[in-house]
Amino acid sequence: MANALDVSHLTVAFGKTTVIDDLTFGVEAGRSLAIIGPNGSGKTVLLKALIGAVPFRGAVRWAPDTRIGYVPQKLDIERDLPLTGLEFLGARAEIARASREEAARALDLVDLPPEAAAQPIGTLSGGQFQRLLLAFALMGRPTVLLFDEPTAGVDEPGQEEIYALFGRLKKNEGLTLLIISHELTLVNRTADDVLCLSRRRAWLGPPVDILTPERLREAYGSAVHFHVHEDR
Amino acid sequence: MSFRPIAELLLPLGMAAAAGLIGSIAVMRRMTLASDAISHVALPGITAAMLIGANPVAGGFVALVLGAMLVWSLERKIRVPTEAIIGVVFSAALAVGSMLASGQDLIEALFGAPRHAGTAETAVGLLAAAAVIVFALRARSRLVVTLVSPDIARTIGIDVSRTNLFFLLAFALTVALGLRYLGVLLMGSLIIIPAATGKLLAKSLAGMRRISVVTAMGSTLAGSLAAPALGVETGPLVIVIAAACFFAGLLRRPEP
Repeated sequence: MANALDVSHLTVAFGKTTVIDDLTFGVEAGRSLAIIGPNGSGKTVLLKALIGAVPFRGAVRWAPDTRIGYVPQKLDIERDLPLTGLEFLGARAEIARASREEAARALDLVDLPPEAAAQPIGTLSGGQFQRLLLAFALMGRPTVLLFDEPTAGVDEPGQEEIYALFGRLKKNEGLTLLIISHELTLVNRTADDVLCLSRRRAWLGPPVDILTPERLREAYGSAVHFHVHEDR
Repeated sequence: MSFRPIAELLLPLGMAAAAGLIGSIAVMRRMTLASDAISHVALPGITAAMLIGANPVAGGFVALVLGAMLVWSLERKIRVPTEAIIGVVFSAALAVGSMLASGQDLIEALFGAPRHAGTAETAVGLLAAAAVIVFALRARSRLVVTLVSPDIARTIGIDVSRTNLFFLLAFALTVALGLRYLGVLLMGSLIIIPAATGKLLAKSLAGMRRISVVTAMGSTLAGSLAAPALGVETGPLVIVIAAACFFAGLLRRPEP
């Protein structure tokens, strides 16, 4: 299958600090790529470059007719913002000139009850808020979804549910997924490919090749442990 | 009541409706203090216009547009909260403006002095208020998504930079609309206090917008009608009434 994304010689620098240096990789359409690496290795900056939110050198080529859904790591908003989840989705519908039924469909896809979505977004739990952001992203009928640490602040059962949801979306909606994650156990179980960034270099390949003790020690600078499930 | 007093209330009420709507976005963008500071930049424009015999409100508007452009360019370049720079630059503008005028002119520029507006000024003012109201309602979805996450906004095709610029220009126009009635020091308060009251009481954006507009228009109407009877200036009374609404709201705040 053709690539949904081709990145070549991507370099991102802020002042004299180079965060990503000459990175080249591709993502095949319909596959899931997990992006891992230690703090400061440029994972979030990479996603921001992919959506054009930070200046970069090199080339980022999305396949024609790509529609991107983006779920950021965290939002810099006040907890007491009087904005309900339904109003947030309604804003998306209005911008896309879509019907309100699109919001209901998106909520159904992410298993978020409309009663929860009717609450102010600051009162939602971490898992509910992630589902709301995912519903927002799905309203544009995306072909590619980008997630920046989708399970940060979500309890363990909630993390399992969110990754199960990703699996369903990929299978049923045919989406290409790019997911930044620190949950190596879940990455090992769910990702088709892994892009491991470190401050010095990057590795790309299937989890079995990338999530090895030696490679993780080289990338993270210390031993990294995670559970390996036999059902993979 | 004869027709003329009602007609004279139209412009301040239009200004208040615009302030309520723009304020609800400004408060959600965490511009509570910056809004007040930005409105101060009108002063050198007003006083410079007085010196050359031009329309003071037009002078204030030009200065506000320049101020809005300055904030916009700072936000683009620095990409971090710009409160400190806004505080310094616009307080300096207040100081410079104060040096250019004195006496009653300065007092009126700072606190407003409602006088009978001519037909042309009323018409232009109402058109400007309508433009701000139409913008705030039509662009509300883009503004909301941009303030929640500029990155999400970019991925769905919103021109974040242009949306922010238009918001700041609408903000500048709203301040200019209120210069005659509330002056440089108080107009920022009419934008912020009703919206802060809405944020305090509402559980939805639509609710916040409604409370903000009703508080701004109600305070303006009550202040305009009561000031002559009480023998006080209109502008300060309008803000005192709006502030009283805010404090009353504190007592009625819904449980989170």
